Amino acid sequence: MPHSRLTGSRIRERRLVLGLKQAALAKEVGISAAYLNLIEHNRRRVGDSLLEALAKALKTDPAVLAEGAEAALLGALSEADKRLPQAQAELDRSEDFAGRFPGWASLVMAQNQRIQELEQMVEALSDRLTHDPELAASLHEVISAVTAIRSTAAILSGGGEVDQEWQDRFLRNMRDEGMRLSSAAQGLVEFLDAGSSEEVVPIGPSEELATFLDANDHFFPDLEAPSAWKAGARDQAIAAVIAESAALTSREAQDMARHFLLQYIEDAEAMPIQAFQTARTAHRWDPAALAREFRQSLPSVMRRIAFLPPTSDGTVAGLISCDGAGALVVRKAVPGFALPRFGAACPYWPLFQALAQPERPIRAVVRQPGGARRRHVCQAVCVQQDALSFDRPPVYEAYMLIRELDDALDGDALSHAAPIEVGSTCRVCPRTDCAARREATILSAG
Amino acid sequence: MKRQVLVIEDEPNIAEAISFILSRDGWSVSTHASGTTAVQAVRDAKPDVLILDVMLPGKSGYDILQDLRSADDTRALPVLMLTARGQKTDRDLAERLGVNRFMTKPFSNSEILTNLRELVGG
Repeated sequence: MPHSRLTGSRIRERRLVLGLKQAALAKEVGISAAYLNLIEHNRRRVGDSLLEALAKALKTDPAVLAEGAEAALLGALSEADKRLPQAQAELDRSEDFAGRFPGWASLVMAQNQRIQELEQMVEALSDRLTHDPELAASLHEVISAVTAIRSTAAILSGGGEVDQEWQDRFLRNMRDEGMRLSSAAQGLVEFLDAGSSEEVVPIGPSEELATFLDANDHFFPDLEAPSAWKAGARDQAIAAVIAESAALTSREAQDMARHFLLQYIEDAEAMPIQAFQTARTAHRWDPAALAREFRQSLPSVMRRIAFLPPTSDGTVAGLISCDGAGALVVRKAVPGFALPRFGAACPYWPLFQALAQPERPIRAVVRQPGGARRRHVCQAVCVQQDALSFDRPPVYEAYMLIRELDDALDGDALSHAAPIEVGSTCRVCPRTDCAARREATILSAG
Repeated sequence: MKRQVLVIEDEPNIAEAISFILSRDGWSVSTHASGTTAVQAVRDAKPDVLILDVMLPGKSGYDILQDLRSADDTRALPVLMLTARGQKTDRDLAERLGVNRFMTKPFSNSEILTNLRELVGG
């Protein structure tokens, strides 16, 4: 039977667990206590027949003594060595290392696994950039336009003779190419910042969860049925939803989805879909009125307003939430209001005004640059995330409901209010005179 | 007699700028925008030198170059390839297929002129 040089350590460990004296065990298997001592300190190899005798005396299987739990650890150390052979690890002493420093060896194994995960992530990102047809097409557009502009500009400014007809023609070409370049660059920025809507490989658990929620538009009909709300049925209903998703591949993402869906069920039970949709229209999408009617918190009502599908009134709402550090957690988009896929959002969003004033609901009309310049109504509130405690500082979270301004719903006061000019994120915001700017924009002023 | 150059390029404004530069330099220039019919266009025009874009509708510049190099009547035609992709793998592929010069976009006008003059030995 193949067995490692740590067999002796395992024999000693097992003997101590059983409370046997070294001399007593040695006597039982017919060897001297001194020889057993050498075996237990891994200084003598154990023959198969002696191993069987020791295993019998120690009431265990010979394989457990021979191979032990270190096999996986030794395999992982070998794998780590292959990954970085230039480190010149003493592979012939890996058993000693694992035996003497099992905690450090486990750390090497865990770090090796982490490196492997990160390498896979880098590979996926690289693959996305290399093979994305949308990105390739945008880059080709940019380079073609730049080539035409550069060549034409050099003709016009080069000093050679260019008759008037050609001059006019080249100026037209440059104008057209300039517009094309602007459009291609904008498309590129939108792609890099918001991502293409399809065929995006989720990177990391948060992105897996976002992909899962976007694919379902944050609405889960199977969890709206009262049969899914019963204590015993909840886990099963949630597991079924998660099992159907192709996006949730990692355990971490599945755990995050489970947490989200549990909260979804609690909201659904407190505010059943039909009653809530009817009330939503009757109360003209007012979260405060709905919170009073259903006796629920504003964040719960905001989630329900945003996540339930539109009814005949055709209104839709988006929802953003952030933690106390301002990191975006929930991002349900709404048409015409750009959300950053990565990085921090615009500090002028009412969400962050609310974060600075806990428990004070804030409502504002905002407008983002570019596109149709639609106006949106934002309703935000910051609440304490957990119960008050004397042992730790409070943890806050903020929610912001977003929907397009609607004169019929919002009345004259809001319709005539001057909108607050906000952005999506600094990188793609053209406002150069913004006091809240944290980094330069890559767009021209517009 | 003027030297003949054929420009196979599907971007009209780039083709127009190249045509103007070369015409002013004394070349006789014709242009063609389709990859699918590019090889036939070469046979019809019988140019002294060819400027060939890579990303063309219907057929890539690499495939066109391969076809030209495998036919007796076009095997020796000097080819200057233009591409928006200037990575080493692209350059290596073009060289394996028998390109004479390889330039990446955006290019300078004088660079194109210098390369073409060198390719026809004048």
